[in-house]
Amino acid sequence: MNFDDTPEEAKFRAEVREWISANAPHDLDEDLKKSGLAGLRLPGRDIMAESKAWQKKKADAGWAVPHWPKEYGGRGATPIERVIWQQEEGLYNQLAQPFAIGQGMCGPTVMAYASEDLKRKYLPKLASGEEIWCQLFSEPAGGSDVAALRTRAEKADGSDEWVINGQKIWTSGAQYSDYGILLTRTDPNVPKHAGLTMFIVDMKAPGVEVRPIHQMNGGRGFNEVFFENVRIHDSHRLGAVNDGWNVALTTLMNERMSIGSRLATGFPEIFGFVADFQLPDGPAIDNAAVRAKLADWAVKSSGLRYTAFRAISSLSKGERPGPENSIGKLVAGVMTQDIAKYAMELEAEAGVLTSQEDAPAAALFQNMVLNSPGMRIAGGTDEILRNIIAERVLGLPGDVRVDKNVPFNQAPGR
Amino acid sequence: MNFDFSDEQKQLRDSARRFLEKQSSVAVVRRVLEGDEGYDRELWQGLAEMGFTGAAIPEEFGGAGLGYLELCVIAEELGRAVAPVPFSSTVYLAAEFLLAAGNDAQKKNYLPKIAAGEVIGTFAYAETAGEVTAERIKATVSGGKLSGTKIPVADGAIADFAVVAAQGGSGLGLYLVDLTGPGVTRTVVDTIDPSRKHARIVFDGAPVEQLGSGDAQAVIEAVYDRAAVLTAFEQVGGSDRALEMARDYALERIAFGRQIGSFQAIKHILADMYVSATLARSNCYWGAYALSTGSAELPEAAASCRVSATKAFQHCSTNNIQVHGGMGFTWQFDCHLYYKRSNLLALNLGSLSVWENRLIARMRARNSARDAA
Repeated sequence: MNFDDTPEEAKFRAEVREWISANAPHDLDEDLKKSGLAGLRLPGRDIMAESKAWQKKKADAGWAVPHWPKEYGGRGATPIERVIWQQEEGLYNQLAQPFAIGQGMCGPTVMAYASEDLKRKYLPKLASGEEIWCQLFSEPAGGSDVAALRTRAEKADGSDEWVINGQKIWTSGAQYSDYGILLTRTDPNVPKHAGLTMFIVDMKAPGVEVRPIHQMNGGRGFNEVFFENVRIHDSHRLGAVNDGWNVALTTLMNERMSIGSRLATGFPEIFGFVADFQLPDGPAIDNAAVRAKLADWAVKSSGLRYTAFRAISSLSKGERPGPENSIGKLVAGVMTQDIAKYAMELEAEAGVLTSQEDAPAAALFQNMVLNSPGMRIAGGTDEILRNIIAERVLGLPGDVRVDKNVPFNQAPGR
Repeated sequence: MNFDFSDEQKQLRDSARRFLEKQSSVAVVRRVLEGDEGYDRELWQGLAEMGFTGAAIPEEFGGAGLGYLELCVIAEELGRAVAPVPFSSTVYLAAEFLLAAGNDAQKKNYLPKIAAGEVIGTFAYAETAGEVTAERIKATVSGGKLSGTKIPVADGAIADFAVVAAQGGSGLGLYLVDLTGPGVTRTVVDTIDPSRKHARIVFDGAPVEQLGSGDAQAVIEAVYDRAAVLTAFEQVGGSDRALEMARDYALERIAFGRQIGSFQAIKHILADMYVSATLARSNCYWGAYALSTGSAELPEAAASCRVSATKAFQHCSTNNIQVHGGMGFTWQFDCHLYYKRSNLLALNLGSLSVWENRLIARMRARNSARDAA
């Protein structure tokens, strides 16, 4: 039992470290260090331009998406090398955020289902950050139950084109995306999972309208996307007609391979805060009630860290990460919310302040309180993650589904 | 990275599990729980024959010289089987005190017998309710004779010898006492988990031998850190078994015309049990790494796995009963064996709040050391 690299891993890590140290945008170090949980902040700079510049630099040297095949913009790195890359990229990984969904979820789906022509057309530019992709699955009528989606794709008479009508929601990055992978309903006369089809959609095509959603924390990272008679050529279909659910599963499975980057929990932040913050009887960290809370979060935080190390060890042996890795976000989401609330509780009356100038700790915890409800919903709600653990890890039976085996257009609620 | 047990260690786990499924069956646990024997002799002998009691004892003292990772593997299986044996008292505590503070003669006298399963040892520490501190220890050694009362002492009625913390000429000291000798009166006391008996021991001029001459408090803390990792593995083993029992029952029990495991209310309880058991296991791996390598991280890792595993076992054993419903509250079902053991292990080496406090103090010390560097 050890944390050591194998000789090959150590060699790869040294190569990565050397390249990053010679090429990373070190002028951003200070701002990147201060960002983290409060979101990326680069005062006086254009975040997208900085992100694209770093991505391009990585692409030119073959480091853009190391685990992709060379012909699509990668370097054929192994899964464990991908983790090492993420660990070493560290701070600068925040700059890769605009490309994360495209490279993490859309790219692998395109790679698995698109024609060779389309792969060569789209993947290298997705890798280099020249083009940005989004994922269009969720809808107002289908969030956790994504297969209940209603956006229609109908074959246009006498042509090789499909016509799309409907609405997507919670689409991260749609406002700056060039392409997306789009899950649609092609047959409403069969049960919901059996009538779906996946496409590549051009986000600049006529009939696509993106409207940012004003979030409860003031941000506008998510969008609604409306499709009105948007035409997609049949060559841009991913997988067979009505086999879209299986294609979507490929997309979602790939989410799990990304285990190298650390999940934010807020623990280092609260630990630092209570070490300095004064209660009437001394530093907060000396208070027994504070210590009990801290200890609970400390062991959750170390538990997540070493759970990830165990997953990385499996990866190093060539095993694939499974549904057990759902625990990361489940633990981190609630924990972030609890930590933020507790820090504000210690701040007492001043805890209501939200400007960086007035609020203690530059309003970090206030931002976390307003942001954390989203963490517990996006990418699988706490409840869906518990279902995944119960059903896929522990082997419990699925819930009773009243729409099972019922044609979509006759199911309850339609 | 290879943050996992080796194939050999996993084989050891499998053979320990097979052995314990037979030799520490629920019938065996219940016999000790309901009887006066104090422990299962046959199981204890079997553990010694398997080389388990001497797993981490060096070969020069008659041990198997396997190591602490192997001992962690064994501990997890003992916890899973809620084994009714004085393993923790003898192996995690008595043997570790001898290794940490004993002179050559003392080690030669006791360790080979521990490895052979010929003696049972224990540590006699607490005297009153509340966190044990040096000031609260009233037992006194004077002229080589010990007087005072210790309660509760794990396996106190069946142990052949004890390491006793008592006030000596120059403050708190550690002493070896022959519990079968003169000046020792012991009575079994009722406890939350009768499958692991405890005793009140009254010492009245019992002859003692000093164990080490250094800072007794520091030795106790160091041994407790090691024992905390091993106990945490027992707790993780117990958590996993409690989770399995609940899962199996949720699959088998039908209510409202369906398996109760298909209800989200039950699923989510089980998912949360899985989460706490997984976090505890991962913390325990860190503890095992630190224990086996003698890492400077051991105090922090030990407190982390202790806190995490105590919570996990209590969480899992409590919810195992909840998932079983009324049947979980019966003597007949086995849920209470795990519930009782979880409550015992939560307190045996000092309570959760004591370890939480220790964890934060240690993290803080590490942070200030880093800041100073």
